[in-house]
Amino acid sequence: MSRSPGAVVTSTPSTTGTDPAIEAIDLVKTYGKGTKSVRALAGVSFTATSGIVLGLLGPNGAGKSTTVKILSTLSTPDSGSVTVAGVDVRRHPDQVRRLIGYVSQKPAFDPIGTGRENLELQGRIHGMSGRNARRRADELLERFGLGEAANRLASKWSGGMQRKLDVAMGLIHRPRVLFLDEPTTGLDPEARVDMWAEISKLATDDRLTVLLTTHYLDEADSLAARLVIVDRGRVVATGSPDQLKSSLGGDSVHAELAHADRHDRVRRAVEAVPGVTRVTVDGTALRAWVPDGAAALPGMLAALGEAGIALASVSVARPSLDDVYLHYAGRSFQQAEEVRA
Amino acid sequence: MSTFVGHSRLLTLRSLRTLSRQPAYLLFTLVQPMVWLLLFGQLFRRIAELPGFGAASYVEYLTPGLVVMTAMMTAGWSGTSFIQDMERGVMDRNLTSPVSRAALITGSLAHQAVTTVVQSLIVFGVGLATGARYRGGIRGVVVVLACAVLLALIFAALSDAIALLVRQQEALIGVSQFLAMPLAFLSSVMMAPALMPGWVGDVARFNPVDWAAVASREALTSTPDWGLVLDRGALLLALAIVMGWLATRAFRAYQRSI
Repeated sequence: MSRSPGAVVTSTPSTTGTDPAIEAIDLVKTYGKGTKSVRALAGVSFTATSGIVLGLLGPNGAGKSTTVKILSTLSTPDSGSVTVAGVDVRRHPDQVRRLIGYVSQKPAFDPIGTGRENLELQGRIHGMSGRNARRRADELLERFGLGEAANRLASKWSGGMQRKLDVAMGLIHRPRVLFLDEPTTGLDPEARVDMWAEISKLATDDRLTVLLTTHYLDEADSLAARLVIVDRGRVVATGSPDQLKSSLGGDSVHAELAHADRHDRVRRAVEAVPGVTRVTVDGTALRAWVPDGAAALPGMLAALGEAGIALASVSVARPSLDDVYLHYAGRSFQQAEEVRA
Repeated sequence: MSTFVGHSRLLTLRSLRTLSRQPAYLLFTLVQPMVWLLLFGQLFRRIAELPGFGAASYVEYLTPGLVVMTAMMTAGWSGTSFIQDMERGVMDRNLTSPVSRAALITGSLAHQAVTTVVQSLIVFGVGLATGARYRGGIRGVVVVLACAVLLALIFAALSDAIALLVRQQEALIGVSQFLAMPLAFLSSVMMAPALMPGWVGDVARFNPVDWAAVASREALTSTPDWGLVLDRGALLLALAIVMGWLATRAFRAYQRSI
């Protein structure tokens, strides 16, 4: 019980160099049997290099949580292989548990304990001495701005503070890989931005590898250095947010029509503009995809003017992750979420 | 092994802290046995006058039986805290940490053991106030507490295992309610062995509630048959160990299903 977690870490295989911090190969997982069975993962593969935030992005039910459960030793795949921090998860789950922190989607602190008690117990479970656990708890309470509330029952804390406590508990033993399952779901906007700041610090300041699952496009966009987009149990695209957006090859022009009618006329006018690859009109929202938005805009405005279509506003945008998702998953993110709901 | 001991100590301390901060929970599960003691103790008072019943008063006969019955019924709720842990992320966090699975069970059982001692003393006190006399003295009372604790461990471990298998509060309560009543009535808790139908007596021989009731009543007589007490006590201990092991194994079934 007196071993410090630092000692545990150095005694396990190293991940320095080119070893990925996380490597998942062809994970398959089916829940239930027979006709009622649900295939949660149908062959998920990806890698994460150390020291980055990897975002696992997908709508609810895409297989994100199942993937994290397998990586964190909670669940076992039907087939496929996984290594985390260089250790085979299926063969040596006990070793992996010392190297990872897992922050579940649901609150995981003891509401009848104080913040400090929660942190210290977690540290002791990981083999820290009472003194080390206390010191580390103080450090984390300070870091997350929870110091003042430390000795109050966690059940009395605000939602944002409780979420930070969950993350702090996942960090108490200085893990090498941290799993954050939907870390900002249910938080108010302010607490969310606050949590984002903490998460981005983890990879930069602590050189931690963070695997973050989210169904918020903006969260994935702002936090993840690398994205793995999953849909219906499969990886549909991987890359940095910028790479993924660039891969769509172009910008989109958004125009707000003054009137929600004459859609055919609008579409015909815009389609005739050189360079336009695709046009959608929905209500008063007109969207056109072009290789270079700024260059195509004057022609589009002229074409619409000739056709007698009045505009309320117009803007040029680089592709969003929503566009990326639409392109690779074959349906919009919104639709995918609604199918599940 | 040292991990198991260390983690057991930490989790036991945590569960006792929880108990000390929510002592009212001790009382909820005492309502039913109190009704039994006060109502049945009076209602069936004259049963003790039946030839062959062999007790000074019905309350005196009933009290040790109700102590162990209370232990069983309260312990049936033990798995509830596992279910709450599953509904929150606590179970997931525990299972992704290097915590000893057996220590998770130990923490839950320690909580139950302390609860049982406190509740048993309350039942003893109310029994005393309504006319029961404990002829076996302090030693007898301590033996009853030990039997009640062992019985509580058996049913708490069973409840924990069921919680891990069914993962739903309603199902857990259903199963423990389904078990509790037959086990209480197919035993000598309410009625002297000499006067119960033969088949009930036969069934009772395999009923841990009866083992605890028999040993408890015997320990409270003025001249106990210690051989009988030890025999039933050993059965309780053996079953408690088996149940504790099964409950620890149930974590695997839980992890396979998530």
